[in-house]
Amino acid sequence: MFHLAFLVPLFPLIGSIVNGFFGLRIGKKAVGWVACGTVAFSFLVTLLMLGQLLFTPAEERLFEQTLFTWMAAGDFNAAFGFQIDPLSMVMMMVVTGVGFLIHVYSIGYMHDEYSYYRFFAYLNLFMFSMLLLVMGNNFLMMFIGWEGVGLCSYFLIGYYFEKKSACDAGTKAFVMNRVGDFAFLLAIMYIFYLFGTIDYTEVFHAAPEKLILGAEPVTIITLLLFVGATGKSAQIPLYTWLPDAMEGPTPVSALIHAATMVTAGVYMVVRCSVLFNMAPFSMSVVAFIGGGTAIFAATIGMTQFDIKRVLAYSTVSQIGYMFLACGVGAYTAAIFHLVTHAFFKACLFLGSGSVIHGLHGEQDMRKMGDLKKHQPVTYITFLISTLAIAGIFPLSGFFSKDEILYHALMDGNTILWGMGVTGALLTAFYMFRLVFMTFWGESRVDPHVHPHESPKVMTLPLVILAGLAAFGGLLGIPLVHGWHALHNWLEPVLHFDMASTLEHSKHLLHEVGRHAPHWEALLIEPEENIWIEISLMLLSLTVALTGIAGAYFCYVKKPGLPDELIKGQWGYDLVKNKYEVDEFYDATFVEPTIQGSLLLWKKGDAQGIDGAVNGVAQILGWCGQQARVVQSGFVRNYALFMVLGFIMLLFIMFF
Amino acid sequence: MEHIPSPTVDLVSLAPVLVLSVFAMMVLLVDLYVKRDKTLVIFISLVGLLMTAISAFAKFDLPVHSFNDSYVVDELSVFFIMIFTLSSALAILLSIDYNKREGIRMGEYYSLILLCTVGMILLASSTDMIMIFLGIEIVSICLYVLAGIRRSDPKSNEAALKYFLLGAFATGFLLYGMTLVYGATGTTKLGLIAELIREEQIASKPLMLMGIVLLIIGFGFKVASVPFHMWAPDVYHGAPTPVTAFMAVGPKAAAFAAFFRVFAEAMPVLSPSWESLLCIVAVLSMFIGNVGAIMQTNIKRLLAYSSVSHVGYILIAVIAKNSLGSSSLVFYMLAYAFMIFGAFGIVILIGRKENEMLEIADYSGLAYKHPLMAISMSVFLLSLGGMPPLAGFVAKFYIFSAAIKEGFVTLVVLAVLNSVISFYYYLKVIVYMYMKEPEGEFQISLAPMTVFVVVIAMVGTAGLGIFPDPILYFTQH
Repeated sequence: MFHLAFLVPLFPLIGSIVNGFFGLRIGKKAVGWVACGTVAFSFLVTLLMLGQLLFTPAEERLFEQTLFTWMAAGDFNAAFGFQIDPLSMVMMMVVTGVGFLIHVYSIGYMHDEYSYYRFFAYLNLFMFSMLLLVMGNNFLMMFIGWEGVGLCSYFLIGYYFEKKSACDAGTKAFVMNRVGDFAFLLAIMYIFYLFGTIDYTEVFHAAPEKLILGAEPVTIITLLLFVGATGKSAQIPLYTWLPDAMEGPTPVSALIHAATMVTAGVYMVVRCSVLFNMAPFSMSVVAFIGGGTAIFAATIGMTQFDIKRVLAYSTVSQIGYMFLACGVGAYTAAIFHLVTHAFFKACLFLGSGSVIHGLHGEQDMRKMGDLKKHQPVTYITFLISTLAIAGIFPLSGFFSKDEILYHALMDGNTILWGMGVTGALLTAFYMFRLVFMTFWGESRVDPHVHPHESPKVMTLPLVILAGLAAFGGLLGIPLVHGWHALHNWLEPVLHFDMASTLEHSKHLLHEVGRHAPHWEALLIEPEENIWIEISLMLLSLTVALTGIAGAYFCYVKKPGLPDELIKGQWGYDLVKNKYEVDEFYDATFVEPTIQGSLLLWKKGDAQGIDGAVNGVAQILGWCGQQARVVQSGFVRNYALFMVLGFIMLLFIMFF
Repeated sequence: MEHIPSPTVDLVSLAPVLVLSVFAMMVLLVDLYVKRDKTLVIFISLVGLLMTAISAFAKFDLPVHSFNDSYVVDELSVFFIMIFTLSSALAILLSIDYNKREGIRMGEYYSLILLCTVGMILLASSTDMIMIFLGIEIVSICLYVLAGIRRSDPKSNEAALKYFLLGAFATGFLLYGMTLVYGATGTTKLGLIAELIREEQIASKPLMLMGIVLLIIGFGFKVASVPFHMWAPDVYHGAPTPVTAFMAVGPKAAAFAAFFRVFAEAMPVLSPSWESLLCIVAVLSMFIGNVGAIMQTNIKRLLAYSSVSHVGYILIAVIAKNSLGSSSLVFYMLAYAFMIFGAFGIVILIGRKENEMLEIADYSGLAYKHPLMAISMSVFLLSLGGMPPLAGFVAKFYIFSAAIKEGFVTLVVLAVLNSVISFYYYLKVIVYMYMKEPEGEFQISLAPMTVFVVVIAMVGTAGLGIFPDPILYFTQH
């Protein structure tokens, strides 16, 4: 079966080409069939491979398929190849499975759009890139996918190009992502420099023998990788593009900006777990950035009124949790949360899309209310997913979030754990604020708008996703002492022998005549304690219920209360204005660049050829008047510049 | 009186130059007998280029040195001849419809392109500074005329004039630099210079160092690197579009070949003294080129500034000065040829007789009227920006690995940072094509030859990106 791996990305690529070039001719219905059908095929092939992987002994679950040698230069070799292992399998299942449901949903949601085919062509192209990203067997393959998803995301955010804000949001997302990509590319270069290869298997195999634990090279590599991840996964400091990205159509927000693309950073960190394990400093950076983002974004989420923006900040915050998990070494928990988050957040976004659809484009929660009677299916599914994200037993989010908190505490870091718990409280609060403002209370809907439930093609995916959000936790229910199905499944990928790595590092240090620092603390494995786990579960359940109760009190019982509380609070305004981070970036990075370019343009360029053309007569009559032309200024300026350059170079050469 | 030995004459190794010169003259003669229809002239030019490409393989057992070590046929020169003939052929193909539209009827046009190519071949194959100077002058003089070939257009005139005046100025620097190097070493042969430097204490001679500075200025002008780039935007803007594309690729590649031979092959021992200079020039080129491009509203000027920044990247290959450097230089120039000819091909297609449509705003909404053209343009621009898996990415990656291998980490960091910045303005054009309403009507007549060039460029850009391996292999062996 594994030799069919190349089909998985190929199908969406075909779909994209067909829809992109013939979409207008084949009609809307066919476009929808092609788009969903190709993704469905990918999903089926993935399922088949999953079946075979299950029947392969755990230690042999690694299959590589090289299609051709991409670049070979000297000792450098990069293949165009795929890797099927438990980790990429989980990602492929999420991408194709959730992706398929969102494709189906889009048929209904985008039905009245003029350039329907364009949307699906981009969406399929996105699937192709995303699958390359998760299936590649080397860093460059991941980078191709990484750039590809960024480009598709850019096109899809700017899909409603009539709106200037949409174009700006797309450009912002792309440029901000490039900052992350810059770091990622440097990391790849550095890995190549150190290892002479960029193949996952070879790099991760060689790393414990070649690198010194905690030394600069591995720390720099992992930090660069992580900066790359913050760009794609919208973490501090590169998160501001994601809320703006909500200008795109809602299915895009669900697929790209919640379930798949933005979690690519988490996938990358988990994929490189070997390197991260060897860099304790980077691990703490990852953990604290993750934990910080989780709280930071959650506070902003509490103050927003646009339904999609609340969900966007929620996504930023939840991905923060995943990085927190990575940072404390709980990679399984990170992937677990990634999966459950894909389920409930996709459901939430699609649910919000259903609300927006029912209200003919209204996104402001202050103009909603009491929608549960008009949109019962949307409401129920939305509620289930909200309970899941808030962490209510026995829904999926409860297990995944709890596992992260448990590991954070077990890692011995109470600050991180405290961050996680605070985040959980805020999450429960702002999510139920959203539910209460949208579905409960009195209707504030514009009287001309008649809310209606969405068609089946949209509600069916909602129901399936809500089911997954409810039962997805089964993947990771602790059977015996925190060992669960997902943990066992990922074990071969995440396996890391700290003891022998330590030995190697000591040996390497010894060779250069240095003493190894005290690393013994790294070797201590926290003991599994079922009682701590159970009491933590109870605690986080209490926290979640407190958050919900708070939201109930503020938005159902006494709806006037929040307004009174926030009146005159400068703190609230600061949070509501998203801590003015956008303004800060504009003032420090964007403006200087534009001004610099403007300066160059005005001083050096604007007078260039346009200015001189005014002297046409002079130039035409050149033969008789060389002198005047030379004195006309411009050429002389250029020559002067060359002389200045000459002086500069001389200066550098001799001093 | 001492007996002057006659140089070793090896006409076979000179075959590409001879063949092409003959064809260039033939074109001039035939042009006297044809009237307005230039088909025959064009056909002869293309055949000439094809024959030149074939004759480049006349020598086996490379490298072959001839003419008393002033001319060499080696892998580098053969590969460069391929790039030259390809780019000249593409330029001629682009000109066919463009010249008809813009009323350029001179037959000399084609013979000038061929003669310019002769100069390029000489430049890339010379191992003697006198020969290099001759090559540069042949190339430059042809370009001065080509830039101003639209005699009735003041912009074209201005471009030619500026290029000529500044070019003459730069030639002075170059020649003076060569003289000083001769003064320091007593020879103009690159091979001998390399030996002398290795053996004697020439490295610290101020004469030699001064010569190096002047050479950098001379070459720096020819490849349009900062701060000797000022002519490029104006000349690229004013010259006829096919000539602009031609200038951006062929002559630049040739100058880089000579640059590489003089610095990386003949003076690697002196690298501590020239490395830092070139690093500064490279970094400045990248930054000024990219920042300068951001505010441009004219597509030709934008591409001109972008080409300045590309010069910065390519200089890194010279600085790396290892074998990976030379092969990455060649690969980059080939990839660059495809991208640039593709992009300018689209620029030509979009223009029409009364309006060349050179403002970026003119591209508004192109994606909705002509989706295929918009996609092609996006591919070329993204490739220029270095988006994987297109040719531009592989080329950049390749150059950066060569530099990393030699330990130029800071330089590579800056270069990668620049390729990030550059995306901004390439994206700007794509934004106009995909995210703006069309402003006016597009009246595009799909001139077959121009479309053909775009298709070739497309195949090259995507092909070199996805399957770079065969060419990479070829550049190394």
